[in-house]
Amino acid sequence: MPQEMSTRKAYGRALVELGEKNPDIVVLDADLSMSTMTHMFAQRFPHRFFDCGIAEQNMIGIAAGLAASGKIPFASTFAVFVPGRCFDQLRLSVAQSQLNVKIVATHGGITSGEDGFSHHAIEDLALICALPGFYVLVPTDAIETTQMVRTAAVTPAPFYIRLSRPSTPVIFDENYHFVLGKAVTLRQGNDAAIIAIGIMVSRALEAAKHLAQEGIECRVVSMPTIKPLDEEAILQSAKETGAIVTAEEHLKHGGLGSRVAQVVAQHYAIPMDFVAIEDTYARSGKAEELLQRYGLTAPAIEQAVKSAISRKQVHHS
Amino acid sequence: MTEMPLHEGGLAIGCRGQASVDSEAGEVFPNADCKSSCSLEEIARTLRRHIVTMIAAAGSGHPGGSLSAVEIVTVLFFRLMRHRSYDPNWKQRDHFILSKGHAAPLLYAALAESGYFPTKELITLRKIDSRLQGHTDRAMVPGVESTAGSLGQGLSFAIGVALACKLDSLDSRIYTLLGDGECDEGQIWEAAMAAPHYHLDNLTAIVDRNNQQIDGWTRDVMNTEPLGEKWHSFGWHVIEVDGHDIGQLLSAFEEAKQIKDKSSVIIAHTIKGKGVSFMENNLKFHGTAPTQEQLEIALRELA
Ligand SMILES: Cc1ncc(C[n+]2csc(CCOP(=O)(O)OP(=O)(O)O)c2C)c(N)n1
Repeated sequence: MPQEMSTRKAYGRALVELGEKNPDIVVLDADLSMSTMTHMFAQRFPHRFFDCGIAEQNMIGIAAGLAASGKIPFASTFAVFVPGRCFDQLRLSVAQSQLNVKIVATHGGITSGEDGFSHHAIEDLALICALPGFYVLVPTDAIETTQMVRTAAVTPAPFYIRLSRPSTPVIFDENYHFVLGKAVTLRQGNDAAIIAIGIMVSRALEAAKHLAQEGIECRVVSMPTIKPLDEEAILQSAKETGAIVTAEEHLKHGGLGSRVAQVVAQHYAIPMDFVAIEDTYARSGKAEELLQRYGLTAPAIEQAVKSAISRKQVHHS
Repeated sequence: MTEMPLHEGGLAIGCRGQASVDSEAGEVFPNADCKSSCSLEEIARTLRRHIVTMIAAAGSGHPGGSLSAVEIVTVLFFRLMRHRSYDPNWKQRDHFILSKGHAAPLLYAALAESGYFPTKELITLRKIDSRLQGHTDRAMVPGVESTAGSLGQGLSFAIGVALACKLDSLDSRIYTLLGDGECDEGQIWEAAMAAPHYHLDNLTAIVDRNNQQIDGWTRDVMNTEPLGEKWHSFGWHVIEVDGHDIGQLLSAFEEAKQIKDKSSVIIAHTIKGKGVSFMENNLKFHGTAPTQEQLEIALRELA
């Protein structure tokens, strides 16, 4: 495995592997197969690949019909178009129909960069998490992506897997084992816990390393399944560290942070902080420039950790 | 038969023309600050040079679908449309609504050459503090009427503008530019049904029929043929032209203007990447910037 690889590339490869094993795997795309990497499957299994053209709503409807007939459809496009453009199709034809449709959306977040806000997916997690019955996954790296795609294929339920455009560090090794619904503790510490997803996981690890140099020991937890959440891991972190910071490439409202806060609030009155995009749309720019501009960096996480820790209640005996 | 439609601004660079009356179209084209007369063909070439230069400077962007629609945008902005660069929100203006938002570089080039903002700003395309976003943002750039980038939405927006003009008894004309791949979107056909229903004869849609989208040739990805018949059966007056032939485009727009009680669509047959040999009909240049070396070749071809 190379040191860096995009999650979408891992997805393209995983689809081909699944296609070899299971003739019921079918793949749909909406005129973006070169970018979503479904073209690899299309090349290998042209008869099980359906390019729907630039018609995302139609694609979701077709995927639902295929699923109702026993096929296992993987439908892909950019994360701005599914769920955004197809919300009602996802709601009625997939969620309420309880159908085995797998949405794998690429170019999540703002790292699609220069294309500008029409192409930045920053509300997708809020939208898709609103739909009962969906599993919502955000992989940390290419290795985890492959395993998620395999898991989705054998778990009869609607899935949304959010991938990103750029190459990202490979964090796990081949022995890693993804478990649906389970968080992964990547670093131990009891001063605060950072719960992160996607590209923010490696930034959280970087922040934790810096903070350790200042004597602040952070737990770093990745939350690859953001729905349903691993409540046990969250509550354990809350109890043992007393301060939680979340980090995500998404709007501050409606994503990981909101969801984790809801779990924490029911059990513990502890300070939290949220590293995410404020209530605004981003501009065109290079991916890394945008991450800086909108505060999705290791230093931003460090600051959030310090802020949360400073708000811990002092215990009086 | 001189009509009101005036472009009031002035070519910022490239070619400069004095106020000239084009006898064929019968319309005044005043370029007060222009020194010598300049043809629409020359303007088209200037826009093409801007497009490849700005996309190369950005390092990303969509040359193919910008280059294919150059003549369409040229005749609209520099001959037919009534607009004022110094007063972008002029109530009596004609409207241009870009639906295929990835052709933003083309619109920016036309706006800059019309005097809406300095042409030297063009090379800031897609840079972090630029107004010139990768896809158009109506709130940021004077003269940009539509925020675009998610395909399929511009025709509906244009219908809204056309309805408002009717309500306000304005004789403005509304133009919207669509991609042929974009015509895959269901919303296009919802809108296609609505425009003739509202008798919007002030609305002209142009389909940039370059026969390509991203995954391949339109006929292979999602066949839209017979495209003209589809629009016709939805109640539109359909005109098919060579979209690189300025004369044909001028008479098509003139014909559209004469049609009463229904909307017109011009299916402009074009070549994706037109004007740069190695970009023509080359899928790769849908969304890839030219390298510095390729830019130099392109500029030589467009000299
Ligand atoms: C709703 C939506 N889906 C997908 C895309 C991604 N996309 C950008 S351009 C393009 C192809 C457009 O083809 P066409 O309309 O024919 O434009 P042209 O060939 O003239 O560039 C696609 C699929 C998008 N911008 N919007």
